[in-house]
Amino acid sequence: MEEYHKVGKFLAKDLNVLFSLLHNKGYTLIGPKLDGKCITYDEIRTLSDLPQGWSDFQEKGTYRLQKREDNAYFGYNIGSRSFKHFLFPPREKIFTIENGHVQTLSLGSLPKLALIGVRSCELHAIQIQDKVFMSEPYIDVNYQQRRKNALIVSLNCHTAAKTCFCVSMNTGPEVSKGYDLNLSEILTDTEHYFICETGSEKGSALFDHLPTEKLEANDHERKQNMIEHTAQQMGRQLDTTDIKEKLYNAHNHPHWNDVAQRCLNCSNCALACPTCFCSRDEDVSDLSQQTSVRTKVWDTCFSQDYSLVHGASVRESSKSRYRQWLTHKLGSWHDQFDTSGCVGCGRCITWCPVGIDITEEFKEVTS
Amino acid sequence: MTSNNALIPSIYHVKDNKKESHDVYTLTLTPTDNKPVSFKPGQFNMLYAFGVGESAISISSNPHNPLHLQHTIRRVGSVTHNLERLKVGDPVGVRGPFGTGWPLEASKGKSILIMGGGIGIAPLRSLIYALIERRQDYLDIDVVYSARKMGDLIFQDDFAAWQSQINLQVIIDHAPIIPDIIADPKDTVVMMCGPEAMMRFCYYALKENNFLPEQIYLTLERNMQCAVGQCGHCQWGPFFICKDGPVMDFKTIAPYFAKYEL
Repeated sequence: MEEYHKVGKFLAKDLNVLFSLLHNKGYTLIGPKLDGKCITYDEIRTLSDLPQGWSDFQEKGTYRLQKREDNAYFGYNIGSRSFKHFLFPPREKIFTIENGHVQTLSLGSLPKLALIGVRSCELHAIQIQDKVFMSEPYIDVNYQQRRKNALIVSLNCHTAAKTCFCVSMNTGPEVSKGYDLNLSEILTDTEHYFICETGSEKGSALFDHLPTEKLEANDHERKQNMIEHTAQQMGRQLDTTDIKEKLYNAHNHPHWNDVAQRCLNCSNCALACPTCFCSRDEDVSDLSQQTSVRTKVWDTCFSQDYSLVHGASVRESSKSRYRQWLTHKLGSWHDQFDTSGCVGCGRCITWCPVGIDITEEFKEVTS
Repeated sequence: MTSNNALIPSIYHVKDNKKESHDVYTLTLTPTDNKPVSFKPGQFNMLYAFGVGESAISISSNPHNPLHLQHTIRRVGSVTHNLERLKVGDPVGVRGPFGTGWPLEASKGKSILIMGGGIGIAPLRSLIYALIERRQDYLDIDVVYSARKMGDLIFQDDFAAWQSQINLQVIIDHAPIIPDIIADPKDTVVMMCGPEAMMRFCYYALKENNFLPEQIYLTLERNMQCAVGQCGHCQWGPFFICKDGPVMDFKTIAPYFAKYEL
């Protein structure tokens, strides 16, 4: 066990103490928040910003808020957007060139974010994106700085949505590593508290200022029961045996034509996905070309000009673009980054306007 | 590279802008800080036309002369149109060099067969100069350069210098077929660059002449933006053409070449 590994519990309302500590250390808190008709991740300040007592129902092309019977702060399944939104922002200015002088983004101006309520699948997704953006020899210095600045308060899930399949992807539901503080929200008829574990020096330093008590005999059991219960609730499954080879051999499977009839190439799946990393560069200047600016913007392999070369797209058909996305996500990622690109969060299933299910399509094309 | 952040361009200046044909020109560039940047033949730079965009352009100059950096470019879109209008002294953004180079080391002691189609001769020019610099390290060197029309021929000023050291065949044909010159596959490495259709047919012909896939190298091209394997655009199956290519051998890529719309 690491020197800084500590464990304890504190009353649910004392989460505000943690929030204050983080504010005082200069962090901006990013956590779950009700936004119209869904729970998203955005800037939060106190406990009262959290979606207390709310959960969500998610299915193919479906998202609905649902009231819980208790007052859990983190009783929802998964937020509509992912934390990728904050570590790899949708728009980022890369440089400005003025009269031949190059100016880059000041690393000191990048925010210090405390990510609150990060689930195991999301934590895995962050670590997967770390491989994309922080592998030698090409390190994205802006991503690296945001990552260094970030503090992660993760959370073990209460429930799993019908769209969840982290168990199949080996990414949850129990948080394992990569966090600063890990919470488990426990509710009984009479009690409401958080079990808190530290996972780093930063976390340990915060822990020392929290009004914690030692764990009692049944605390550990309650936490494990909660995790077990969530694992049993997984809504979907995906068999990852030989997944890469199966997909590489599926290039000409007739089922791709079937998906093509339904897929709109709208890119919702890629935009909602916590690991999708594609981007494009937007270059603009004034008429004199004395000042030019490059902005990095999220892109997806579904866009028509994504594979444009010599005036034509290599992946012209809708079918070839869906095939690229699925084959890459579940297959080629292994060759590129030694990991799957999918963490089983199910967002792509929920947010697809026509209800395409990655687990179903995968089964069909590898049958 | 001169910038320690691969996403940020360094400023170079135009030393020369030479018209090679009706739509091809060669830019000769020097770094503003005069510090030479070494590159391998086959590698490319991202050339940035301020405020317009970047294009991935293979380096076409002699790697032993890095301060005299050259890019031979065909004018096809907004960026290459913009770069064509650069005058001596104008600044241009350069990021690189990126990608894999031709297998110069692995081919030592062997014969080289170079096949270039159209503008594909541009990255091969860098290779030819590198081979000539170390001529004694290789056996026979044959260059087959095909272009569709006389007006498309470029680098004619280099032909004499090349012919003094290597065998050069130039073919003008709108659909050039592999000549009977195909060398004995024994101890020969093939390096080709041209339209994908041309390289596909050259491969079939080479295969019929008993060349093995691992003896054949080509250079691939896809939409390139970041050039460092992070934007995703150049992906081809599991490969990032900017990092795993552009130079790749046929043994590695054979299973993917046959996949349509990959």
